[in-house]
Amino acid sequence: MAKTVNPDARKVGALKERQEKFTTLSGVPVEPLYTENDLKDFGYERDLGDPGEYPYTRGIHRTMYHGKLWTMRQFSGFGSPEDTNQRLHYLLKQGQTGLSIAFDLPTLMGYDSDHPLAEGEVGKCGVAVSSLDDMETLLAGLPLDRITTSMTINSPAAMIWAMYLVVAEKNGADWKHISGTLQNDILKEYIAQKEYIFPPGPSMRLVVDSIVFSAKETPRWNPISISGYHIREAGSTAVQELAFTLRDGIEYVDWMRRAGLDVDDFAPRLSFFFNSHNDLFEEIAKFRAARKVWATVMRERFGAKNPRSWLCRFHTQTAGCSLTAQQPYNNVVRTAIQALAGVLGGTQSLHTNSLDEAWALPTEHAATVALRTQQVIAHESGVASVADPLGGSYFLEKLTLDTERACYEYFDKIDAMGGMVTAIEKGFPQNEIHEAAYAYQRAVEQKEKIIVGVNDFVTEEDRPVDILVIDEAIARRQREKLAKLKKKRDSAHVQRTLEALGGAAKTDRNLMPYILECVRSYATLGEMCHVLRKVFGTYEEPAFR
Amino acid sequence: MPDRRIRIIVAKPGLDGHDRGAKIVARALRDAGMEVIYTGLRQTPEQIANAAVQEDVDVVGISILSGAHNTIIPRICQLLRGAGMEDVLVIVGGIVPDEDITGLKESGVAAVFQPGASTQEIVDFIRSHVKQAA
Repeated sequence: MAKTVNPDARKVGALKERQEKFTTLSGVPVEPLYTENDLKDFGYERDLGDPGEYPYTRGIHRTMYHGKLWTMRQFSGFGSPEDTNQRLHYLLKQGQTGLSIAFDLPTLMGYDSDHPLAEGEVGKCGVAVSSLDDMETLLAGLPLDRITTSMTINSPAAMIWAMYLVVAEKNGADWKHISGTLQNDILKEYIAQKEYIFPPGPSMRLVVDSIVFSAKETPRWNPISISGYHIREAGSTAVQELAFTLRDGIEYVDWMRRAGLDVDDFAPRLSFFFNSHNDLFEEIAKFRAARKVWATVMRERFGAKNPRSWLCRFHTQTAGCSLTAQQPYNNVVRTAIQALAGVLGGTQSLHTNSLDEAWALPTEHAATVALRTQQVIAHESGVASVADPLGGSYFLEKLTLDTERACYEYFDKIDAMGGMVTAIEKGFPQNEIHEAAYAYQRAVEQKEKIIVGVNDFVTEEDRPVDILVIDEAIARRQREKLAKLKKKRDSAHVQRTLEALGGAAKTDRNLMPYILECVRSYATLGEMCHVLRKVFGTYEEPAFR
Repeated sequence: MPDRRIRIIVAKPGLDGHDRGAKIVARALRDAGMEVIYTGLRQTPEQIANAAVQEDVDVVGISILSGAHNTIIPRICQLLRGAGMEDVLVIVGGIVPDEDITGLKESGVAAVFQPGASTQEIVDFIRSHVKQAA
């Protein structure tokens, strides 16, 4: 490393600065210049290591994207299972390399399409799936033994996963070979996205049951994707996203160990999911710190011996909350910068948002531009040729160290409260996020933070883009399908499987085999959740004052 | 000048749990000196209308990002009218496309604040449009 030329290089003298303070998007102050002096305690082996070496700051693979590019995995789902099935086939034809399914709100909340609370919501934010019948339609013609599928589902994750497994079984795909990811991260629901059904205890039991089942039956499946994405969308800072996500990870490991598993039996299948926001260096630092902190936690805190248990493998999605309804074509640029951060940060898979998503779910055209953005980064920009190409940058290394330190400070606070479940019951992460979101909103309204096209560079414009409209007829067709299914199936058998599920829920038996039996009998998602609501009760969050 | 503070209920109907906007608006209105009651998540139109009556509010603010606004919001407006709250100011924030705004206004909504709206715009709108009972 070259010596610093001028120790006072930071002092800009009489120059008038163009704004009062310079901070990252998350409000962390930044200096005008970083030098060797900022990295006095920095050691290559301790803080970085080569790519593929502990603590994996520089990446989980030795050659990173030389062997294989990241998986281009566009999250998709809307309308009926037929509609989404068509979109999935279309995306595969366009060169997408993995599937990712979005479910509608009734499905996420464990209600069938014919439930009164589902009115107006069916197929709006994702695809409606109420039974095995819908799942069979959704996955028709897709080679489940050759593609990997990610499913964004949490409270009723075990039921939706069981539907996927039964479809695979019917198609002759071996459970030992199928691969994919179940989001199944209930803790961040209480913290941020708020799609919870049951109280934390029984919810955690469902998560533990599915991870235990997966470790035995589906060795190539990722039974959980511990997610910071939604925490960030709810308004957290980059550090809060990282700290709460990894602390959630620690909580799951604690619960799994309490269930009697050895850490190396399940830790290699834990996966993560992060947001990539507008501030390029802050995001890259976050991704690098994530790998380093997780590797250290797994080896030092939990004594994991298998190096695969140390790896923080993660999916990245560009920041939905950064998209503007105004001048929506600017969103292509934002998304490209955020996607670049994900790639420079060493992500394993990536979703790029579409330009029209501040208005609605994307049209096919907008979704194609989003996928093309990844393809341009992969094949034209050159950034995928070198592992951790920004490693050694004074600024980036300092930011990575600071992010790591701030993350451990949150761990200490949450540990002192007795863990994440207690912290959630106290409203701690929720309040931290709300404070950050409010501070950001004020900074935007005072123009301390500029959003192009929103609080500066504003233009008068007509309706800017065509948007996707979900036809209300979909809800009617879904209701009709359910009525037909309920006539056709063996009701007495359905009743027996549901009663068996309810009975098992009162014991500590693993619920996955019972849920699979319900699914095979064509019991609906709503029926299964109803049985469990009766046993487990439901959750209301502490009041917001 | 009104002889008491403006009372507003911030309501979150629909199945989505995205409460970032609702909580920010609730806090900004409080900072602007209004009395704010936040309902919490997933309230039905009936629950929201009942709460509005019981709390005797001047304004009902509805936050919705689930896409179900055309089903849910007209029903809330109808229930409010049925309960004799013809004068209550109903405002909406969230993901609502332009083409749905006319229909919502016909059902009784005074204003729809789309993505990018500032909390100051909302405060100003309420102050200039609220009708307070004496």
